[in-house]
Amino acid sequence: MATSSQDGDAIQFDRVSFRLNGRTLLHELTLSVKKSEIFVLLGRSGSGKTTTLKLINALLMPTEGAVWVDGKKTTEWDPIRLRRGIGYVIQEGGLFPHFTVERNIGLVPRIEGWQPQRLQERVREVLTIVGLDQKLAARYPTELSGGQRQRVGVARALAADPSILILDEAFGALDPITRSEMQKEFRELQRQMHKTVVFVTHDLREALLLGDRIALMEEGKMVLDVTADEFERSRDPLARAYMEAFEGPEAERKRA
Amino acid sequence: MNFWQFLVANRQQVAELTVEHITLAGVATLLAALVGIPLGIVITRVRGLSKPVLGTANVIQTIPSLALFGFLLPAPWIGARSGRLAILALALYALLPLIRNTYAGIRSVDPAVVEAGRAMGLTDRQLLWQVELPLASGVIVAGLRIAAVVTIGLATIAAAIGAGGLGEFIFRGLAMVNDQVILAGAVPAAALALIVDFLLGLVEKRLGTLTVKA
Repeated sequence: MATSSQDGDAIQFDRVSFRLNGRTLLHELTLSVKKSEIFVLLGRSGSGKTTTLKLINALLMPTEGAVWVDGKKTTEWDPIRLRRGIGYVIQEGGLFPHFTVERNIGLVPRIEGWQPQRLQERVREVLTIVGLDQKLAARYPTELSGGQRQRVGVARALAADPSILILDEAFGALDPITRSEMQKEFRELQRQMHKTVVFVTHDLREALLLGDRIALMEEGKMVLDVTADEFERSRDPLARAYMEAFEGPEAERKRA
Repeated sequence: MNFWQFLVANRQQVAELTVEHITLAGVATLLAALVGIPLGIVITRVRGLSKPVLGTANVIQTIPSLALFGFLLPAPWIGARSGRLAILALALYALLPLIRNTYAGIRSVDPAVVEAGRAMGLTDRQLLWQVELPLASGVIVAGLRIAAVVTIGLATIAAAIGAGGLGEFIFRGLAMVNDQVILAGAVPAAALALIVDFLLGLVEKRLGTLTVKA
């Protein structure tokens, strides 16, 4: 598997290692993400999840092995073209503070040379998709709530209609109620859009809710690569540790 | 004759010297900005260049101004006209705040925002012009403000090498031991500095709110 691109796989890692200043951040990672699935990278901070994401959009290049996106190695892609075809969402949206919501969302289409009218229509369209009022288009990011900013972040990633979305702890900074709303909406959204999604999180609940498949990472290695159901039944000690850490307070109290 | 009467009686010369002063300080600040801001950008891009460049600008600023005029005097073309010489010396002094603030301003842009831009597929140039420079503009203008005010004050010394400006009154007054004449140069020069400081302060505030709103 994974020595060449296969149909149905949007992203493939073939024995990818990444080292920085003598430290191994990723060790012989092999994985494949199918088209239109939500692939969750689950792990603690420092486990290599974000490094894995950055290898997908060529912010980093593998020290060994190869990363394939849409049938082409990232080393062979023009990084600018590759990145414009991948929607990227980070915590709190990573919005440009000096741009209005409209300009933030329309940035990639604009530098891709879309006509102003088409651009404006697209901004309205994605605002509707993420459930934001059109009136917010003229606001600046600081004039929005955390949840609104996060929605704008998602809208911005969708603007140029990329086939791949990558999200790095995208909902991590939100309060629990807003986070839960966003997760449900995102799942609904994905049912309609069928994007290939790679979702990085340290939150097991989020992983189980959103993920078609969950890859558990620890110290730069992949420990498990299973479906959400399989994860819940897994006997792997690290997976068990996760399940226990995320049990509700009732279970905790019962045990005590 | 008091100071105001002197000023009114010599209004024509005061006006001429003020224009000369503005020209000297203005051209020098502009020149310093044209060199300093790009240099400040370059040292955020090239590793290991920031220390020597900032260090050199720092050293230049420690040279006593009269001595700097003296050092530049033998330079070809520059030394031929006292105006050129004064402008070059003033520009050298104005370099440090411009380089330093451009560098600091760009470095202070939130790395997460820059990385988001890069991940979205902005080229280096787009990242610089659309993200880094706009977000650093408040700090860069603050540097320009310091440079302009320092240059206006320092330009009074240009009269010592015959480059004109409001320093003429100051040096003449010193030679005549006449306070009124000294004040006729010092007060307009100070007023000029305050006005420029105020105006650039307004620009800085506007850009600042943009960045914070930002």
